[in-house]
Amino acid sequence: MSDIADRVKKIVVEHLGVEEDKVTETASFIDDLGADSLDTVELVMAFEEEFGIEIPDDAAETIQTFGDAVKFIQGATA
Amino acid sequence: MFDLTGKTALITGASGGIGGAVAAALHAAGASVALSGTREAPLRALAERLGERAHVVAANLSDPAAVDALPKQAAQAMGSVDILINNAGITRDNLFMRMSDDEWDQVIAVNLTSSFRLARGVLRGMMKARWGRIVSITSVVGTTGNPGQANYAAAKAGLVGLSKSLASEVASRGITVNCVAPGFIQTAMTDALTDEQKGRILTQIPAGRMGSPDDIAAAVLYLASPAAGYVTGATLHVNGGMAMI
Repeated sequence: MSDIADRVKKIVVEHLGVEEDKVTETASFIDDLGADSLDTVELVMAFEEEFGIEIPDDAAETIQTFGDAVKFIQGATA
Repeated sequence: MFDLTGKTALITGASGGIGGAVAAALHAAGASVALSGTREAPLRALAERLGERAHVVAANLSDPAAVDALPKQAAQAMGSVDILINNAGITRDNLFMRMSDDEWDQVIAVNLTSSFRLARGVLRGMMKARWGRIVSITSVVGTTGNPGQANYAAAKAGLVGLSKSLASEVASRGITVNCVAPGFIQTAMTDALTDEQKGRILTQIPAGRMGSPDDIAAAVLYLASPAAGYVTGATLHVNGGMAMI
């Protein structure tokens, strides 16, 4: 697993208090990991800080799963 | 009883009577304070009087760029903003039929829009800290209405709706959002009234006197303190019984 995916997973596990093995590629933050809408805003804020990037609102809306987040951040930091 | 040791507070309109009293009360309870206002000289004088833990961050809240910069300036000065007091307010009174777009827009911009933007600016830090207090100073006229103050009353009532909505969004994060609604308080704003006007107002106040800025500051101090952690989305009316709502 890439370094980015590891860091994203760490944030998700810490923030949502879920087991690491639940955070799979297709795991939806809201449907599978128990996040509410405010949690998703906080996750995006945490990603922005961890990776020093800006995630605009329209992009944030497309980040529904762990895999979406990793893919977006890989693109933004490439 | 209300201990704010180690907390940091940004107070807008701190050069005014109520804002100055609020800043002094939070400071006396142990908070660091960032004093904001348009007139720098009275802010400096207040900061000097308070001594340590007092910072001046002047800003004109009718300037959107200044509003956006203010939370950052305050966080730079104090390390964080745990408490936001939206106190700054202006009046541009006029009978409704004569009220210009400009009079309407100015009052909404300073009294309502700047509070929205400042709250948005301080929320990120509060969310991370899992603790925050936002207290907006509204007015009894936001509930009762007042002839000549359609703009002011609309802005103050708007703050109530804003606060309740935000309160429900962030309650789970340890952040409370409340309002304090003063009645008639002795300040420069009410000094402009004639004796006859004041006399008429006093007949409507069961307490038989105008309030003092310290009466408001005590209410704000309570809502800003850890003691009020279970109070959110509320408006605390401080008006000597003038309107029991």
